[in-house]
Amino acid sequence: MTMRPAHLKALEAESIHILREVAAQAANPVLLYSIGKDSSVLLHLARKAFFPAKPPFPLLHIDTTWKFRDMIVFRDKTVQQFGFELRKHTNPDGLRDGINPFDHGSAYTQIMKTDALKQALTIGKYDFAIGGARRDEERSRAKERVFSVRGPGHTWEPKRQRPELWHLYNGNLAPGETLRVFPLSNWTELDVWTYVLAEGIDVVPLYFAAPRPTVMRDGQIIVVDDDRMRFLPGEKPETKLVRFRSLGCYPLSAAVDSPAATLEDIVAEMRSTRVSERAGRLIDQDQDSSMEKKKREGYF
Amino acid sequence: MPDSLLRVLTCGSVDDGKSTLIGRLLFECGSIPDDVLVALERDSRRFGTVEGGTDYALLVDGLAAEREQGVTIDVAYRFFETPVRRFILADSPGHQQYTRNMVTGASTSDFAILLIDARKGILAQTRRHAAIVSLLGIRDVVLAVNKMDLVGFDQAVFDGIVAGFHALLDRLGPLNVTAIPVVARDGDNVTRPSTNMPWYTGATLLATLERAEPTLRPLDVPFRMPVQYVNRPDHTFRGYAGTVEAGTIKPGDTVINTTSRVEAKIAQIVTMDGDLATAGRDEPVTLVLDREIDVSRGDVLAVEPIPALAGQIDAWVVWMDETPLFRGRAYQFMLGTKSVVGTITDITNRLDVDTLTEVAVRELALNEIGRVSISLSHPVACEVYTESRTLGGFVLVDRLTRNTVGAGMVTAIKAARSDVYWHRMDVGKDARALLNGQKPAVLWFTGLSGAGKSTIANLVEKQLLAMGRHSMTLDGDNVRHGLNRDLGFSEADRVENIRRIAEVSKLFVEAGLIVLVSFISPYRNERMLARDCVEEGEFLEIYVDTPVDECRRRDPKGLYQKADSGQLRNFTGVDAPYEAPLDPEIRLPTLEGSPEVLAAKVIDALRERGIIG
Repeated sequence: MTMRPAHLKALEAESIHILREVAAQAANPVLLYSIGKDSSVLLHLARKAFFPAKPPFPLLHIDTTWKFRDMIVFRDKTVQQFGFELRKHTNPDGLRDGINPFDHGSAYTQIMKTDALKQALTIGKYDFAIGGARRDEERSRAKERVFSVRGPGHTWEPKRQRPELWHLYNGNLAPGETLRVFPLSNWTELDVWTYVLAEGIDVVPLYFAAPRPTVMRDGQIIVVDDDRMRFLPGEKPETKLVRFRSLGCYPLSAAVDSPAATLEDIVAEMRSTRVSERAGRLIDQDQDSSMEKKKREGYF
Repeated sequence: MPDSLLRVLTCGSVDDGKSTLIGRLLFECGSIPDDVLVALERDSRRFGTVEGGTDYALLVDGLAAEREQGVTIDVAYRFFETPVRRFILADSPGHQQYTRNMVTGASTSDFAILLIDARKGILAQTRRHAAIVSLLGIRDVVLAVNKMDLVGFDQAVFDGIVAGFHALLDRLGPLNVTAIPVVARDGDNVTRPSTNMPWYTGATLLATLERAEPTLRPLDVPFRMPVQYVNRPDHTFRGYAGTVEAGTIKPGDTVINTTSRVEAKIAQIVTMDGDLATAGRDEPVTLVLDREIDVSRGDVLAVEPIPALAGQIDAWVVWMDETPLFRGRAYQFMLGTKSVVGTITDITNRLDVDTLTEVAVRELALNEIGRVSISLSHPVACEVYTESRTLGGFVLVDRLTRNTVGAGMVTAIKAARSDVYWHRMDVGKDARALLNGQKPAVLWFTGLSGAGKSTIANLVEKQLLAMGRHSMTLDGDNVRHGLNRDLGFSEADRVENIRRIAEVSKLFVEAGLIVLVSFISPYRNERMLARDCVEEGEFLEIYVDTPVDECRRRDPKGLYQKADSGQLRNFTGVDAPYEAPLDPEIRLPTLEGSPEVLAAKVIDALRERGIIG
């Protein structure tokens, strides 16, 4: 195990404090588990916060049915290994209507992710939902609170955010309100990887470089994960040494050309990289301020 | 590899070039990825203010609304790192109406950058920013004098500004000041020394931040840990989880629960990485004690000398809500991990941050900072803010909207129950009630002037009397002739008016009586205050529901006519609001029944609730 830099110790302490505040203030909390590296760090922190007990909240996974197969395998292994309670939700309307990323574009994200999340939070009557979002991911996230209030319908109103002082987190809710809680608010992508390395945390193998079948589309490398992939005329899968920086649904998350096959390689690559993490997330580039718009509508 | 984390507040106004400075720091430290830079070039053409160049300010002005308006409307957090340090910048806007954001950013920062426009020098807003920085306990600042290119890189201008700032220090309290002349747009003295200002030989801004050692509290203070969460997975384990606020602790040390003053020894310091031999400031731990003592969330585990247990505190309060702060109002008071009800007992002075002097006031408006006294419903372990940010910093939460409406810093503590002792009497409320053959209660009739409150209350009381019950009526108008004759109709006086009536009602409830209060009481907050005075189930909110047009038509006292003609001001329903009850125990729609019918409805409700047999 690598020595943990002092600033990671400070970030870890802050995140544990936040997770304990959730346990103390919430009536029915849930942790939104997205299987990615941030979720892996979040689970690790939650285990630390409540050790020797298990974290006092279940995990919720919004399953779009288009996650990479390796992600689902990793999810089930992790849940079993640590004895977490996993709750899954898929938007039944989207499933019935056959909504998919090939035919429906941004409507797919709205229906299978945003709507599905809102449904699951409403059905579960969760008052606090913990997520792994970080302030460095995108400009509109920089102003997000740690305890972020959502109005009725899970909407986010940037101008109605509560002042957040010291380490006092106001988790009081008026009728119809819920909270999203972001314990990794002050972490960067590099912090996440350095911490994963220092703490020996397991992450989905897709983050490590391996030869994978790919096609190029609009300058992005798309990995072919199963036989649901639709090829354009003339397209043929080509094996390339690639890995992922950010994981979502398979035809929407682009891979990067990288030989980084170990955590040490990834941290070294991160230190020299000049491309943002979300550049591979095709949904964020639809329009200017697209993330802010999605957040207002209830996207995580 | 960065070896530490520095939290820095940046303050300056829209025009000082603060966003540009931050954008420049992020850019120079490699925190801006290539694809974001491409977007920045595109945005610079669309929204930018730097002709033909890259506008780094657009990197940090996050929300679409802000980019369009060209102002920063909220506090934002930015990260960057250098080979020696990782930084968190709390970026808060400088214009006056957003003081609350600056206070928010300052509350978690150890260091501050104060940005000054070299052309303008020290403005009222500079004093305001410095005052807030000082009040929030930041002791180390960099004075970044920006736009030096626009004053010809003139050292005399810089020196004049620095001298002017030093002259403020005796009114601000102790601040360690480092002054640097910069050009944020071009990067002079931001990350590299400026060739334009050879007369400046000090460190660049970035080098200063890398070397900064904030003046923190000494490490040799006694141990304190507010208990966050009791970890009790099964009967074999019971641990107290929290973050160490001050001092160090090791197994075998004796700690005291500040609330109960009961002591125990530390048996184990549990973490997932193994038990610790010692734990210190800012470490999240789970403490196991050697014996079972009563400890819950909100208690503070400490070693001698332990924190005071406050019943009342004096504090600087920064008001953050549109509705002003008044004496008599009650809020949820959150400090450390404790949450109680805090009632504002006094507001004396406001800090005029432009002149750094104090002015006598009776209320605090949005973004004002004042000296406030708060009485606490339960004792709270706390310290003055200059000793401890965690045990001396608190927030006030509105109990209806649940919003954070104020932030405070404790300046003085009055011990709980030391000067005014509560005498426990042998004859109690229950005994008196038993003798009377009834349960005491407050029937709180609320509604517009002329709604029919007093008429119905009068009928109810006559029936109670006929049934041999013991009652008392408090009428809003009548009380103003005596007990409350010193009060007018301003919002602050209305709050005090209702507080006194609630307290008197409580005394009558103690006496075992059924108390009928007929009182406009237009604000939900104040009715909640009255409700809190008595026990659960003893307060019945009775909404005498009459539309304002009907009240105006009845106008038994001719008051609506006066209000409509402007002779009477602050009149509820005309030029002052009435907040209708959301969930009253009893609602009496006067258009649907005669006063007699409605009074009978009240009597029935009293029977149903077992108040009368």
